[in-house]
Amino acid sequence: MLNQSLTPRRKHYEMLMKALMLISVGLTAALVLFLLVYVLFQGIPNITWELLSTKPSYLTERIGILPDILNTVYIVVATLLIVLPLGVGAAIYLTEYASNKKVVAVIEYAAETLSGIPSIIYGLVGMLLFSNSMGTCLMAGALTLVIMNLPTIMRTTQESLKTVPQSYREGAFGLGAGKWRVVRTVVLPGCVDGVITGCILSVGRILGESAALLFTAGFAHAVNGLITGLAAPGATLTVALYVYAKEQGEFGVAFAIAAILMVLTVIINFAATLVQKHFAKRRSI
Amino acid sequence: MKKNQLIENIIHGIFLLLGLITVGCVLLITVYLVISGIPAIKEIGIADFLFGKEWASTAAQPKYGILPFILTSIYGTAGAILIGVPIGFMTAVFLSKMASPKVKSVMQSAVSLLAGIPSVVYGLVGMLVLVPGIRKVFKVPDGASLLAAIIVLAIMILPSIIKMSVTALDAVPKEYEDASLALGATPVETYFRVSVPAAKSGIAAAVVLGVGRAIGEAMAVMMVAGNVPNMPDSLFQSVRFLTTAVSSEMSYSSGLQRQALFSIALVLFLFIMLINVTLNFFLKREKE
Repeated sequence: MLNQSLTPRRKHYEMLMKALMLISVGLTAALVLFLLVYVLFQGIPNITWELLSTKPSYLTERIGILPDILNTVYIVVATLLIVLPLGVGAAIYLTEYASNKKVVAVIEYAAETLSGIPSIIYGLVGMLLFSNSMGTCLMAGALTLVIMNLPTIMRTTQESLKTVPQSYREGAFGLGAGKWRVVRTVVLPGCVDGVITGCILSVGRILGESAALLFTAGFAHAVNGLITGLAAPGATLTVALYVYAKEQGEFGVAFAIAAILMVLTVIINFAATLVQKHFAKRRSI
Repeated sequence: MKKNQLIENIIHGIFLLLGLITVGCVLLITVYLVISGIPAIKEIGIADFLFGKEWASTAAQPKYGILPFILTSIYGTAGAILIGVPIGFMTAVFLSKMASPKVKSVMQSAVSLLAGIPSVVYGLVGMLVLVPGIRKVFKVPDGASLLAAIIVLAIMILPSIIKMSVTALDAVPKEYEDASLALGATPVETYFRVSVPAAKSGIAAAVVLGVGRAIGEAMAVMMVAGNVPNMPDSLFQSVRFLTTAVSSEMSYSSGLQRQALFSIALVLFLFIMLINVTLNFFLKREKE
């Protein structure tokens, strides 16, 4: 065999590298498995209907996370409603309108810079920009998250716009359509998959965000409707987890929230893969 | 016809504005951080601020030296890189070159999951598993320490390093590897002596990305590092990072103390900008 003709030094190198790779992969796999199993085991027994359906009460010393669930939903909805038109618009400008290469480069560089800024800095700037003028409220948090998620939506939309065949646009132009008409009828329908992927990724990012929300959206636990909720301070699930674990030592509740977040993360990852596969298949036909 | 042209121009203008929003956001963030960060630095003095060894913001004679935070952030990030990069790099080589398609796809979903887990969940698990573990294993009075933060950060940067390195390694032309194999090199030798050098810009970019993630992480570190503004003299000391220095005092700060927190954020921002420039340098080289 080939291996027998190797010098001992080469054989050792081969074995060492193989061992190191296997150990590393094993460690990574074990880590994921441990986190998943540990959080779910610690969390699921603490999830009760009462926890999910009530708000915290100091009188009965009961903790409920209904307000945090609602706040999370509100902040996701508000953020997506604002960031989608902005991000999709920016992507359309870059792929359809921009003719100056320098402008494109500057915009793309800005988007990359935005995605590298840590969330604690977003939280600080959001506090200065939004919370100081409109008060600590979910809307201030949502606006902060809009800036954070703008690059994500822009990038996924841009990627899907690039796959719309140039001949479609040329065909539409040839039939006498104006630029705006082409964008509306040919380009926009083509970027649906990018928008959906971007939405899923953004939802994941919003669910996991805490540092940017602590000083912008606050940490109240009141049950509100959508409109009053957005104008009032409130904790999302992650912020509530932090407060219960770090400030109040309520680890049971914290693990229950962690288990919920973990399940949501799994679902979101699964959905993202599924959507990408689905659209890749459709495109190849 | 003229009216149509007018509408087209208006719509073009609207899209231009939308396109420029990201640029506006970057400028806005920079300007706000500089404006709110400069006053405290001026008042404290830049040397006393950056190289002062003591932070006692609520004392009768307040001291605002952030050297402990800067050093902690640097040590913490370096430690995370030291642990995270070798593991991530080896995992990436295995996934890109040796794993069967099935193992690769399963492991890639696992890595995506690792990337998606909220940082507070890492913090929570760190608080309840890692911190008591360190206390018992090393027999120290409190496990909330620099070491705990380093381990949590190493785990948190793992997915970025693996994902980016796999992408870079996957892009290495197969001809390079075939040539090396044909010359008699074993597959493993080929991966490490041909594929890895060919993908080195991408792998370097992955490391820089990891540095950025580690230095910017706040919540998980806040939950495991103990948060006392000590100089990071030992791995078992309770320490405060640049990020946690901002978040731990923000809610009750006022006056010069609050302004000093903004100055810390400005310092952190400058670090991040430096990292971004480095990252872009490597990404550009990778593209070429």
